[in-house]
Amino acid sequence: MLVIEGLTKRYATGDLALDDVSLTVPKGQVMALIGPSGAGKSTLIRCVNRLVEPTAGTIRLGETVLTALGDRALRRARRRMGMIFQEYALVERLSVMENVLSGRLGYVGFWRSWFRRFPLADIEEAFRLLARVGLDHMVDKRADALSGGQRQRVGIVRALMQDPELLLVDEPTASLDPKTSRQIMRLIIELAKERGLAAIINIHDVALAQQFAERIVGLHAGRIVFDGPASDLTPEVLTTIYGEEDWSATIRKAEDDDEDEPPAVEAARIAAAD
Amino acid sequence: MPVIANGDGAKVWMRRTTAADLTAWFGWLAGVALTVLCFQFISDQTIWAFVWDAPRQAADLLDRAFPPRWSYANQLWRAMWDTINIATLGTVLAIAIGVPVAFLAAHNTTPSVVLARPVALFIIVASRSVNSLIWALILVIIFGPGMLAGILAIGLRSIGFIGKLLYEAIEEIDASQVEAVTATGAGRAQVLAWGIVPQVMPAFAGISVFRWDINIREATVLGLVGAGGIGMQLQASINTLAWPQVTMILILILGTVIVSEWLSARVRHAII
Amino acid sequence: MDAAAAARAWRPPPLIEAAWLRWAVYGGALLYAVLALGTLEVNWTRAAEGLERGGRFLGAFFPPDFVTHWLEIEEGLLESLTMTVTSTVFGVILSVPVALGASRNLAPMPIYLFCRGLIAVSRTFQEIIIAILFVAMFGFGPLAGMLTLAFSTIGFMGKLLAEDIEDIEKSQAEAVRATGASWFQLLAWGIQPQVLPRFIGLSAYRFDINFRESAVLGLVGAGGIGDTLNSSLDRYEFGTSAAILLIIIAIVMVCEYTSGFIRRAVQ
Ligand SMILES: Nc1ncnc2c1ncn2[C@@H]1O[C@H](COP(=O)(O)OP(=O)(O)OP(=O)(O)O)[C@@H](O)[C@H]1O
Ligand SMILES: [Mg+2]
Repeated sequence: MLVIEGLTKRYATGDLALDDVSLTVPKGQVMALIGPSGAGKSTLIRCVNRLVEPTAGTIRLGETVLTALGDRALRRARRRMGMIFQEYALVERLSVMENVLSGRLGYVGFWRSWFRRFPLADIEEAFRLLARVGLDHMVDKRADALSGGQRQRVGIVRALMQDPELLLVDEPTASLDPKTSRQIMRLIIELAKERGLAAIINIHDVALAQQFAERIVGLHAGRIVFDGPASDLTPEVLTTIYGEEDWSATIRKAEDDDEDEPPAVEAARIAAAD
Repeated sequence: MPVIANGDGAKVWMRRTTAADLTAWFGWLAGVALTVLCFQFISDQTIWAFVWDAPRQAADLLDRAFPPRWSYANQLWRAMWDTINIATLGTVLAIAIGVPVAFLAAHNTTPSVVLARPVALFIIVASRSVNSLIWALILVIIFGPGMLAGILAIGLRSIGFIGKLLYEAIEEIDASQVEAVTATGAGRAQVLAWGIVPQVMPAFAGISVFRWDINIREATVLGLVGAGGIGMQLQASINTLAWPQVTMILILILGTVIVSEWLSARVRHAII
Repeated sequence: MDAAAAARAWRPPPLIEAAWLRWAVYGGALLYAVLALGTLEVNWTRAAEGLERGGRFLGAFFPPDFVTHWLEIEEGLLESLTMTVTSTVFGVILSVPVALGASRNLAPMPIYLFCRGLIAVSRTFQEIIIAILFVAMFGFGPLAGMLTLAFSTIGFMGKLLAEDIEDIEKSQAEAVRATGASWFQLLAWGIQPQVLPRFIGLSAYRFDINFRESAVLGLVGAGGIGDTLNSSLDRYEFGTSAAILLIIIAIVMVCEYTSGFIRRAVQ
């Protein structure tokens, strides 16, 4: 569904962040993108929704050639790609509800959004999703009054409000504690599966990537050096991605302690956790 | 540079190497020499006999100025009301023009770096360089004496103030929040309204109230050049050497300024 | 939670919680706007005539006339610049003791009140009003202007510096005091290093302000370029006025650039 061909990005400063990357993500697949700092993971994700302009290569989402779109068409295409950020990137001075509804900005006109007159269906969907992530009791709280885990859940809901086909997720857990990290990852995966979304997830935590993603792509210095199922991730592979290190403790160190809880219990537990 | 010539900084400079030490001392010397030269120039233009007479003049002035003519206050309420209106309407006008100018001037919101930004920056500099009293002088020639000239003068002077502080605030916003709104597929105007406006709102409110407070003071003297407000009465009283009336006016100004300062401090507190 | 009912109920929470207060504020604002605009008497015929003059005024900028009254312009500029330099130097020097006196953590109560009072008076009245009084006392000319600017410099610097001194790290000052330092040693070692960079920056900024203000003091006879500007406007010699305005803008830009540079250098 997402097809990247020969994607290259050289920043104005001269850094070659991506070097001829080709990649296909089929519908409904959750893919983890791993690699050392500076490998170009964020750049890749940002090239897809063109927050960063690619230098060369084409990117297609379904039938749409993203790299060839004009301003207006690009905006319409962005609605189909929800993005989740490392530092949450919520608009701090807006309330939870407003942040969530900002996911619908691509669908409503300026004045409607200015006066906060969103269609009823949008508001109902917002309440449903907020309830789903256990935040429906703080809709009017300002985003800067939330904890990290709560903010990231608002960020997830905002992305889902776009009704996307693809999730672009840039290190969703890097600012969170280990327990919250796993809850957030699980939430993203569950929601993606429920809706049959494809997802690209940048992540530093190899164990988490292995646990949650069916496919893993390793990036090193702007090139793809590994592409395969999570089970193929051996110490040798990690060495090609990250460099020499003792990897035995890293792989699958995370215990699957609370893997099988049903979703309802999970949501309640998340709500209770903060 | 005269700024270095204050008596306080010496010790810091003395910890330098000999060469730097020498430069510093030379700088001090130049600063002192410049000040002396400038003072010489002013002194040449001064009739010192008047100056030596100043204490007696001051005593005389005080003697004539007190007690204030309290009854005169009844003729001043309207003028004070006008003064406040000049300041308020002028501030509103400045906000209406200064806010768009700020968005044109800020690096991250300007539609064009080569065209719109230099124009906006020029508007800001021109507006700031020219004192509101000079603006009033010019506007009185164009529109005739009265409040309109005063409002426009206050407005024109404040555009630069609001524009400058606001565009600096806009340039300091968190870019990732804006990026997130962009990524949802929002249009340009929506990114502005949802990603940028919420972030600069506190700065905007603080700047506006701050400028309103300054404008109250400025509006008290616009009348001297005929641009309305209590300055007109001040001018008339001075011209007729009615010093008890001048005292009354000054007391009224003092009261108004204290109230406006208190009010703006309260408002700033409430929004931050 | 009944999502549908909640959805219909959701509106962004209003800025002011209590409805009556919210409407009172809106109503008050509207009433004020009506009243204030009502007092605005505009003589439209006069304004229409004035627009022609306004056009001539703008036209005078292309090109401005630097030559005809150059001697007067030069004289006014020199007065303004010398006033700026001397008033900044004197004002800044004098603001130091005033600021020390106005710092609650350094000064005894009577001195504190006196210095705070001085600062308040200086900040309340527009420079022009002070200038009028000084002209009445010291006679016409740039000396009155210089004193005016020095006086407002004291108020400006005194207030900001006193706030800085009151905000300093207590621990550092205490460490110095603990060595058995005298009051002056405390100033030199515990306080001065903490406030000096901002002090220099503020002085540079005040230089800037003083030049801008010096351009209007001439209106009340306190010397400077304002006098020249005023008389050129009185005589409808807009070419000269335009030239003076351009010179003022240019000098302000130079001052602003320099003071910005100084501020960045010391911080
Ligand atoms: N805005 C930019 N301007 C110039 N160079 C950039 C910019 N953003 C990233 N780069 C460079 O591009 C390369 C890839 O950066 P990128 O942010 O994509 O790495 P990353 O894999 O996301 O790293 P991390 O794991 O630390 O987030 C780096 O060398 C970086 O210095
Ligand atoms: Mg990154």
